[in-house]
Amino acid sequence: MSAVIEASGISKIYQMGEVEVHALRGVDLTVEDGEFISIMGASGSGKSTLMNVLGCLDHPTSGEYLLNGRDVSELNPNEFAEVRNTRIGFVFQVFNLLPRTTALDNVELPLLYDRTRRIKDPRAEAVAALERVGLADRITHEPNQLSGGERQRVAIARALVNRPSIILADEPTGNLDSVMSLEIMELFGELNAQGITIIIVTHEHDIAEATGRIIEMKDGAIIRDVVNVGGQIE
Amino acid sequence: MRLRNLLKIAIKSLTRNRMRSLLTSLGVIIGVGAVIVMVAIGQGAQADIEAQITSLGANMVMIFPGSSWSRGVSHGAGSQNRLTLDDADAIRERATLVTAVSTEVRVNAQIIGGDSNWNTSIQGVDPEYQEIRDWYTVSGEFFTERDVRAKAKVAVLGKTVADNLFPGSDPVGERIRIRNTPFKVVGVLEAKGQSAYGSDRDDVVMMPSTTALYRLAGGRYISRIFASAVSIEASEAAEEELTAILREEHNLEPGEEDDFRVRSQAEFLETATETSRVMTLLLGAVAAVSLVVGGIGIMNIMLVSVTERTREIGIRLAVGARGSDVLVQFLTEAIVLALVGGTVGILLAVGVSVFLDRVIGMTAIISPVIVALAFCFSGAVGVFFGYYPARKAARLNPIDALRYE
Repeated sequence: MSAVIEASGISKIYQMGEVEVHALRGVDLTVEDGEFISIMGASGSGKSTLMNVLGCLDHPTSGEYLLNGRDVSELNPNEFAEVRNTRIGFVFQVFNLLPRTTALDNVELPLLYDRTRRIKDPRAEAVAALERVGLADRITHEPNQLSGGERQRVAIARALVNRPSIILADEPTGNLDSVMSLEIMELFGELNAQGITIIIVTHEHDIAEATGRIIEMKDGAIIRDVVNVGGQIE
Repeated sequence: MRLRNLLKIAIKSLTRNRMRSLLTSLGVIIGVGAVIVMVAIGQGAQADIEAQITSLGANMVMIFPGSSWSRGVSHGAGSQNRLTLDDADAIRERATLVTAVSTEVRVNAQIIGGDSNWNTSIQGVDPEYQEIRDWYTVSGEFFTERDVRAKAKVAVLGKTVADNLFPGSDPVGERIRIRNTPFKVVGVLEAKGQSAYGSDRDDVVMMPSTTALYRLAGGRYISRIFASAVSIEASEAAEEELTAILREEHNLEPGEEDDFRVRSQAEFLETATETSRVMTLLLGAVAAVSLVVGGIGIMNIMLVSVTERTREIGIRLAVGARGSDVLVQFLTEAIVLALVGGTVGILLAVGVSVFLDRVIGMTAIISPVIVALAFCFSGAVGVFFGYYPARKAARLNPIDALRYE
């Protein structure tokens, strides 16, 4: 197994007026290809900040972050955008779909911004991604015509569409009821089985139990990192 | 991102706020429309003036008495009146580039005739005057060369004079009195209407130059000499030829200043055209201000739009849009707004101009150059006023934009 993510000494300091807030304090994290990881922790423990840094939405204040062996902590904004576009799929708690825009158009969006390859038929690829998340019959629906679970599936299809090596999901089931949460976790499980590395942030233990490795954070640091096999913590 | 997708996104987000987009482009519609209509009116006026000057004989050359100077003080045009009937004869004899020559003697006098009287300007001219100024009689005959030689007491009335002295009847054959001298009316001139400068060209009485000079004006100096150049192109050469003849006639040494002035209608045409061109420019400039105001309207709405759609921008950035992608997207929206406004403005302006031209009777000439220019300018307004809001959107940080409520 090769490492998808090698992060060492990641720290993030926010300047809130006079006060410095240490959101991350020297996090070390290595993620192997094909892992299914959940990150747990209380609010303010730094898990979302870590996700943003791992997802190249935010620069760390210090530390080294290698994504697929490439140092991405010093990239310029355009290179950063390219990494977000082609190597990472991000799924949000609040879905963050474009309103009044069809599922198909939403999923197609990352392909329109891809400059690394000439995409012959972005619509066909978007349809394929929607089929993969089981929404083949909903492609022309707009977000307000879809249930919460379906919206999150559209968001996952959008994260998948440009074939990233890793999907980061920040509390993907936070806005869903337990049935939908289960469906979404099953979907993540299927995608992981197809070889995609997945990291999710969650509050809920039963969600975390569905993943293969559980990381617990507190006050901007990792306090527990265990492998989980079928609910049995080793 | 491909242009097709950019346009699709821009049109989609603009049609989402139909009323707002409409009102925003209204500024550009009015601006572009105003520029085109104003310039059309200006160019129409220009064409009117040109036509009027040309109707006076486009290849006409005029000679005025010069101005005299003493101790560095100019006494003004005509202060040294040295033009005589002999000068006109010399030109007739020797000039090769002119086809017709006429003198003009101006006298103001009261005309008594019919049951009324009328104060007007009397022009003593030669028969060639008709040809030079393209001005003929509608009733009776113009006087002849013989009348000029005989200092005959005959007169041709302008339309205004005829209407005032002999309302409702043909004055040909009637008698009028000017300064106690009886004249016979031999003809009535066709109506010429107002001059380009607003005076009534029909308020005139014409008589042989000799009659006016010797019987009314007294003295030997005449007011002007008119000549027709063989063509408009020859106007300038004719001016030079006439200058040379008159300098010789007036015994001027080389280096001495002319004591007369020669002007061609071509020059007047140029001056008048220049004047109305400046006016057109001014009208256009005033209208262009409204286009700028329209542009500010676009900027205002685009700024609102960027704030409203901060989340959307955040989503786009999160899935891999670059700042430049967002910039181009918002810029495209602004340009589409401006160009749609520009197109509607052009259509509106064409409609208004046709209405003015056909229904109101004003001359309005739409020039394709101005239409193209206005269209490009509205696009430029879109770029200029859309750039700042678009840049603001492009500089958003994805995390902040996503969290924006």
